Amino acid sequence: MKKLLPLSILLLGVVYLALVLFPPAPKSDFNLDGFSRLPVLLNGRLKPMDTVARTTLLMLQGRQRVTNPDGRALEPTEWLLDTLYRPKLSDTYQVFEITHPDVLALFGFVAEDGAGKKRFAFNQLQPRLDELDKQARLIAQAEEQARQDGREPPDRNAFQRAVMELRSHVILYDRLSASLVHPASADFLGDLQKFQTGLDAGRAALRAREAGQPHDEAAAKATLDAAERFGFMAENGYLRAIPPAAGDPDSDNWRNAGTALIEGSGAGADGFADRTYAVQLYAALGRAWATQTPAVFNEGVQRYRPTLAGRFGDRLAKTDAETRFNAALPFYHGMVLYVGAFLLAVCSWLVWPDALGRAAYRLVGLAWALTTGGILMRMWLEGRPPVTNLYSSALFIGWGAVALCLVLEKFFRNGVGSVAGGLVGFATLIIAHYLSLGGDTLEMMQAVLDSNFWLATHVVAVTTGYAATFLAGFLALIYVFRGVFTRTLDQATGDALAKMVYGIVCFATIFSFVGTVLGGIWADQSWGRFWGWDPKENGALIIVLWNALILHARWGGLVKRRGLMALALFGNIVTAWSWFGVNMLGVGLHSYGFMDSALFWLIAFVVSQLALIALATAPGVKWRSTAA
Amino acid sequence: MSDLWNAIVKFFTSLRLTVVLLALGIVLVFVATIAQVRVGVWGVHQHFFHTFFARWEMGGVLVPVFPGGYFIGGLLLLNLIFSHIYRLKFAWKKLGIQLAHAGVILLLVGELFAGLLQEDFHMSLNEGETRSYAESFRDHELAIVDTTSPDHDEVVAIPEALLARARGGEIATAGKLPFHVVVKEYLPNAGLGMRDASAATPAPATAGLGQTIVAVPQSVKSEGNSPAALVELIGAGGPLGTWLVSAQISPDSPAPILRAAQSFDHDGRRWRIELRLRRDYQPFAVTLLKVTHDIYPGTTIPKNFSSRVRVRANDGREDREALIYMNNPLRYRGLTFYQFQMDAANHNSVLQVVRNPGWTLPYVSCALVALGLVIQFGLSLSRFVGRRQTAVSAQP
Repeated sequence: MKKLLPLSILLLGVVYLALVLFPPAPKSDFNLDGFSRLPVLLNGRLKPMDTVARTTLLMLQGRQRVTNPDGRALEPTEWLLDTLYRPKLSDTYQVFEITHPDVLALFGFVAEDGAGKKRFAFNQLQPRLDELDKQARLIAQAEEQARQDGREPPDRNAFQRAVMELRSHVILYDRLSASLVHPASADFLGDLQKFQTGLDAGRAALRAREAGQPHDEAAAKATLDAAERFGFMAENGYLRAIPPAAGDPDSDNWRNAGTALIEGSGAGADGFADRTYAVQLYAALGRAWATQTPAVFNEGVQRYRPTLAGRFGDRLAKTDAETRFNAALPFYHGMVLYVGAFLLAVCSWLVWPDALGRAAYRLVGLAWALTTGGILMRMWLEGRPPVTNLYSSALFIGWGAVALCLVLEKFFRNGVGSVAGGLVGFATLIIAHYLSLGGDTLEMMQAVLDSNFWLATHVVAVTTGYAATFLAGFLALIYVFRGVFTRTLDQATGDALAKMVYGIVCFATIFSFVGTVLGGIWADQSWGRFWGWDPKENGALIIVLWNALILHARWGGLVKRRGLMALALFGNIVTAWSWFGVNMLGVGLHSYGFMDSALFWLIAFVVSQLALIALATAPGVKWRSTAA
Repeated sequence: MSDLWNAIVKFFTSLRLTVVLLALGIVLVFVATIAQVRVGVWGVHQHFFHTFFARWEMGGVLVPVFPGGYFIGGLLLLNLIFSHIYRLKFAWKKLGIQLAHAGVILLLVGELFAGLLQEDFHMSLNEGETRSYAESFRDHELAIVDTTSPDHDEVVAIPEALLARARGGEIATAGKLPFHVVVKEYLPNAGLGMRDASAATPAPATAGLGQTIVAVPQSVKSEGNSPAALVELIGAGGPLGTWLVSAQISPDSPAPILRAAQSFDHDGRRWRIELRLRRDYQPFAVTLLKVTHDIYPGTTIPKNFSSRVRVRANDGREDREALIYMNNPLRYRGLTFYQFQMDAANHNSVLQVVRNPGWTLPYVSCALVALGLVIQFGLSLSRFVGRRQTAVSAQP
């Protein structure tokens, strides 16, 4: 039994992954899968409808799950279809997250009015949207006034931030519903067909009216009214779902439906049909969805896709793969496996060290392989090295730290590597999840960062340095925990942990130093100065100095084992500061993500590490493991 | 004596000193990062790093509160050099450590050199425009230009520092000019205003714009000062006049009245006098051919800034085009041209021009340290793995 355990746990993990990574297509008479794979251009990148649905839901409510008022769970794509084509229905879905008590009060809500005590439907918000606008205007006015007076605009308080955020969500939702059909139109396809039939007469009437000649006033008015509606859609439509015209040399020139309609109107009735083919097709899908006729919907999807295949074939391959990738949720399932591995490894310190230890090791390996696949997939989708923004840095730090853990566990076989691996892997994926709530995580790179060479060298090296410094800190955390609270830290384990921490600090020193200096060289290449004392550069420098300090303190005999552990724990604080703290300062060239909700967690983390350091070094603390 | 020397050696080779300096360095960098929100990156340079004692502003006064960048860096350098000489006796076993520390020494020395020798200029060009000089970001100069010849100007430029020193007296021009230059007043930062025409006292300037405009002293800032001066020129036959010169009197000024050049005739030659950003003339000319600024579709994220330029050497030996864009500067005759700012709508591009003779040092030091650390830790790791395997195979 014990002998088979490691293998059976691994098999269990593999079976789990086989089941969850390839979910069956959603049960529906509609070809939801086909629609979810259709490409749109958004934030500078061609992506599938599926990604739009999921990232929008994440932004609005912090999760992808959504239910209709009857309590049935909807696929993200179903929610998107309702928002695009049945806004009246979608207005009843509770997808706007509001947690700030004063914002709740602004709408006259109590938490119990919302699903999960925090999610509200557009219909619930609507009566008080004017009030929301007014609050947002007040904030904007105060900031404008400050700017005019030559002052820095005052920092927004938590209420103001919540107001501005909710307002941006409402605007996003409104813009989404103006993407493909006019939100007020009951049958947009019918409207388009009517418009097309009357277009030539309408244009003639308008020309005549301009020339002051007799004309058909009704025809002129109908065309003008339609043009006004198209103008509204052109201005507000969020999705650029309409491919560039056949002759357009710029293959990135995707437009929203309104823009394409205005362009098409200039070509007369015949040209209009031709140039607005995609718009009319999306309108047809809209009618089929609104009337819930799957056959027509499915035929439309089937018919539309081949029209893109010739020109955008290779990009469709990516958007298809991205849709699959979204559904597989590899990082979520990796999290589950890391937790399992962590628990197994902790148990291995109590019973069956050999069998459970090996089982945990294999499970960590499986989770690591899964995240490796996920990161490689993202790299292929983006055509970039692994780290391009804060989100991907969290993925990569976890990946690198767990890789080191696997190496440690291979050598030491004492469960420490697996425990640390499970812990770090899980923690970094959780951090990544919260970072993903800001929107699409596959972002375009600013011109100044647009250099795959430096992203691949400087950023990867620095991030590896972060990963190793964190790992050293987590190993020290295990040492202090086991030493103070349990009797399991014997002489051999203590020696092994000390060696691990030392080795990992050496590793961290190499990578953080080389990474930091490479960053300097990059700066020299792009801005003409090797070192500019930019906050993020300083953060990286502090990590280098700290690792160097640990090594010299140890070589000089200034610290013994517990001191080494305390220093390594402080490394956690240093790295967390460099990773997140400097972004919160909001200055400098690297301030690409200002996050304030994270501030609380950063402070909590720092306090917890300080407490552990106190525990490790305070003379009065009684260590239950006497050998440590 | 030798006791004292031994004590010095002991002090400077101690690892304790290294650890203390590293800790001080961490505190300095951390505080400077926080302070940057308040005083900006230039202020941080001045008050924390390029100084022996870091200064903190208390009630409007800068008070030294902490060892500064030169102090910590300098001691660290001594610490490293002493350790190299006295402690880290050369041995193949220690090759890694030696290389790594040599690399760090080189890095520190390189930064010192860069701080002392690096010069920054900028070159602002409109499409089609050609320039053979770059301008300083901060320093000014008094230029007295002989514009008589139709095909070239002859310039005598007097650095701002000399104006400040000569305040109230004459500047030696070594006979380069047919008149004496007397600095009657120098203001390191001044605004301009219209002179009150009904004032009883006569205008301090007797020629040029200074008859209608006056300079008003303003407090000196760490960046972005606009100096002004009253300069009297005295020829062989007596004074020619006193001019008000100011950095704000320039062809780029937003106020039309300040755009006119201040010119005068003397001895049959035509002269111009101006206070302008210090110019660094080059033996070549740069022409801006085209600026490009792309954004990602449907966003405001800049995708690309680039300037296509033509570089022509005065000696006619070189004449080529180059594309300067983010992460791709042009290196030419000891200067490096970077894409700095761009106003694509007005077809204008600003290049940053840097002269840094020590720019290769960080590359070398990075390679040395990386190599050294890999050797050092690689050796320890392979020893460790060897022992571990022996230990594992020795287990029953």
